[in-house]
Amino acid sequence: MRRAILTSQRLLAVFLTGMLLLFSPIVSLFDRPVFWFGIPLIYLYLFTVWAILIAAMALIIGGKK
Amino acid sequence: MLGGPLIVVTSFLYLGLLFAIAYWADRRADQGRSVIAHPTVYALSLAVYCTAWTYYGSVGRAVQSGIGFLPIYLGPTLGAALWVFLLLKMIRVSKSQRITSIADFISSRHGKSHLLGGLVTVIAVVGVVPYIALQLKAVSNSFTILMHYPDITMPGSATALPIWQDTALYVALLLALFTILFGTRHLDASERHEGLVAAIAFESIVKLVALTAVGLFVTFGLYGGFADIMQQAQEAGLLQSMMNATSVSDQNWFTFSFLAAMAVILLPRQFQVAVVENSSERHISRAVWLFPLYLLLINIFVLPIALAGQLAFPDGRVDADTFVLTLPIAHGQELLAMFSYLGGLSAATGMVIVETIALSTMVCNDLVMPVLLRHWRTRSVPADLTAVLLRVRRGAIFGILLLGYTYFHVAGEAYALVSIGLISFAAVAQFAPTMIGGLYWRGGTQAGALAGLGAGFTVWLYTLLLPSFAKSGWLPMAFLESGPFGIHLLAPQALFGLEGMNEISHTLFWSLTANIGAYLMVSLLRPPNAEETAQASLFVDAMKYDRPAIGLWRGNAEVAELKRLASRFLGRDKVDTAFAEFSRNRGTGYNPAQPADAETVHFAETLLTGAIGSASARVMVASVAQEEPLGLEEVMGILDEASRIRAYSKELEQKSRELEAATAELREANTRLQELDQLKDDFMSSVTHELRTPLTSIRAFSEMLLDDPRIKLDDRMRFLGIIVGETERLTRLVNQVLDLARIESGRGEWTTGEVDLAELIRQSIETTGQLFRDKGAEVETRIPEGDFRVSADRDRLLQVMLNLLSNAVKFVPSGNGRIAVTLSGGETDFLVSVADNGPGIAAGQQELIFEKFQRGDGDNLANPMGTGLGLPISRQIIEHFGGHLWVENQPGKGAIFSFRMPKGSSTLSASETGPSDEPAYSDRG
Repeated sequence: MRRAILTSQRLLAVFLTGMLLLFSPIVSLFDRPVFWFGIPLIYLYLFTVWAILIAAMALIIGGKK
Repeated sequence: MLGGPLIVVTSFLYLGLLFAIAYWADRRADQGRSVIAHPTVYALSLAVYCTAWTYYGSVGRAVQSGIGFLPIYLGPTLGAALWVFLLLKMIRVSKSQRITSIADFISSRHGKSHLLGGLVTVIAVVGVVPYIALQLKAVSNSFTILMHYPDITMPGSATALPIWQDTALYVALLLALFTILFGTRHLDASERHEGLVAAIAFESIVKLVALTAVGLFVTFGLYGGFADIMQQAQEAGLLQSMMNATSVSDQNWFTFSFLAAMAVILLPRQFQVAVVENSSERHISRAVWLFPLYLLLINIFVLPIALAGQLAFPDGRVDADTFVLTLPIAHGQELLAMFSYLGGLSAATGMVIVETIALSTMVCNDLVMPVLLRHWRTRSVPADLTAVLLRVRRGAIFGILLLGYTYFHVAGEAYALVSIGLISFAAVAQFAPTMIGGLYWRGGTQAGALAGLGAGFTVWLYTLLLPSFAKSGWLPMAFLESGPFGIHLLAPQALFGLEGMNEISHTLFWSLTANIGAYLMVSLLRPPNAEETAQASLFVDAMKYDRPAIGLWRGNAEVAELKRLASRFLGRDKVDTAFAEFSRNRGTGYNPAQPADAETVHFAETLLTGAIGSASARVMVASVAQEEPLGLEEVMGILDEASRIRAYSKELEQKSRELEAATAELREANTRLQELDQLKDDFMSSVTHELRTPLTSIRAFSEMLLDDPRIKLDDRMRFLGIIVGETERLTRLVNQVLDLARIESGRGEWTTGEVDLAELIRQSIETTGQLFRDKGAEVETRIPEGDFRVSADRDRLLQVMLNLLSNAVKFVPSGNGRIAVTLSGGETDFLVSVADNGPGIAAGQQELIFEKFQRGDGDNLANPMGTGLGLPISRQIIEHFGGHLWVENQPGKGAIFSFRMPKGSSTLSASETGPSDEPAYSDRG
């Protein structure tokens, strides 16, 4: 039971991190007319953050077992 | 060569495959081997979220606004992190009360009202019908485009064609038929459709694979990868929207994300797959990351396809919403074009089927049932209502699809695909305050929910739907620009002068403000009544109780009556099974003629709720049960009492657990005490016995000397000799008893120093030399060269050695006794053994001789040679230094007494925890 509470609180932390990385002025730091690896920086940034959030959630859930 | 017949046949084959999967999954479910009871299937079924709007529309949106298609998928990703709270609670509430639709959820939460359920249904239908129209449009457009392969022709305006030539009409009719086959073949009290979910999960795989295939072809077949396509797009000036440093702030980023996060659980089809069709709460865990991963994968190639489409069709003649299909066609990829069409078909059919099933449940339970119930009040009720219910649902499915077709036919050309989707999202967002708020706030009342939903829906109609009509030319544009009757403040898209916002953000702000405001304020006007309080408690406290709370009910009903009622809707067999299981779970048999108790009535009501909705179920049950309404005071009393009792019982459980533990401890201690007491008694009687033998002989000889003064001097001397000997023995006995008592009680005096075992052995043999010579025994020592130092009490160890040696001497035969003393070193300890060639010790005696007053010489107490305490004391000493003393037998050759002493300083720690831990009078001797 305590384990489940910990897991859900970790997921809450992921949610807050996601809010910060996707909906705060931090986004504008990456919103520039620059190419990285031939790909627009903002596009690369959004997909990377997205993938990291998913990986974090999978790790948290997977670690429960 | 592609062509109309081939495409039609392939489409039918695909739908047939879907149906085969559904049929197979249903069969498996009937056999109890469900295929959908798997977390991955659950996550895939949630991907019904990705409709034709995602499949074709994302590319269109990417063309318009660059990264603007992403919030629709980023929002649900973040929202998924909260599912372990929110979705879990929704599922638990719905399972325990058999809630099968959003309308039922909201109405049940606010006191089971037909009016509220009806309003929710109306909002859902009005909000979602355009969305269904969108799917029909996508299917018919993609069909038309593929028909003209290898030419690329944009489908003309649907309104231009006569209805009977319109593909969309046939698509709608076909899908209606298909949905009916899928969703309403039989009536299930829980409204679950295993086959449907399996088919939806399969469709999710198809659309993902199809879109990825097109994406791979475009990105790596036509171009040299992501960087290449970006480079060429940049040169053509297509990436401007992403290169202006405000690409995110231009997008109403947060509004769209929020809308999407809400829609992913509040859209009727999402509620259906996520909550109603959920087979285990544990599946949520996997969906939390797998569903966002699906969204990520399906979006990877959206931008490359959008850019490649613009590069391939620079003149804008080809609609961006069709790039997924037209790009393969333009490059002569026949098979890929066909596969891409199937992907779009699966995205659209999946959405339409689940959405119409969910809506038909609502329409049936919350719009038609109330009317039928009123109708039946005056007329006779048909005996078998199952058929009626099924007919109503099938009719609803047809109705909704025809409504969708009508919308498409009339308004289909007014808006691009994406705008329609967002209009629907904004409509279902109106459910958020009453649904999510109602899960956590007890104060919401029925009037509040009605006011909130009504206000939000009205604002949505006025600011979003009416303008879309105006843009389609059904209303004068002046209405849009300068407001009704020229009142600027009421202009639909700049309400109260709020300008400069995107229309969706504008609507969302005003509608949610009106919605939440009205819900809160009207709810706070008066306290919730009894029914509302009871239901609020069931919802808000859903996570606290392990089993569903019992409905509040007081009245008279008979079990048979309840069963007859339920059978009308669900069929006799199903109801019999359900009731049998219910009474089995309660562990009581029931008598059909007996009056039903509250729990049974509640069960019947829940069973009916699954079929006809909570409000109708309440009305139906009330019709057979002479119910007396409970007052608010009573309800509060029952709820308070229930929670108090729960708290008490928890406390009691805790207390009784503590008591049990204490009792067990006491019992153990008592047993121990009794054992010790017994040991002490045994010891006392042994000691007394041992003391009596020498005392008896001393007394006998002393009396002889006293009584007869004429005894010869020789005899006198002999008698006195015996008396002295016996006295010495007494002294020795008393000393040893005291010694043992001291050691056992931990009060022994120990001096720890360095002892050389080799030297110790030699000294002990020297000391006992006279004994050996007296008995004519030979002593052999085997002591190798080396360091045999241990830290121990030298005198005590010597005592042990002397004891072992004198013991050996006692038992070797006179004249030819042989005693061997061996010393050897192991890795961590030294081994000393004393072997003799005496009679040996019987196997059963080997432990016994280490007990007090047990002797190796059997019961020969009349002429004992020792005190019977030497070996017990020796063992105590060796164990005190962390060693071990034991005896082995060489059959026919004698006994070997051996002990091990640990090397080095470990003895110090052993001396701290030595015999003091051992209880006095330990039975080990």
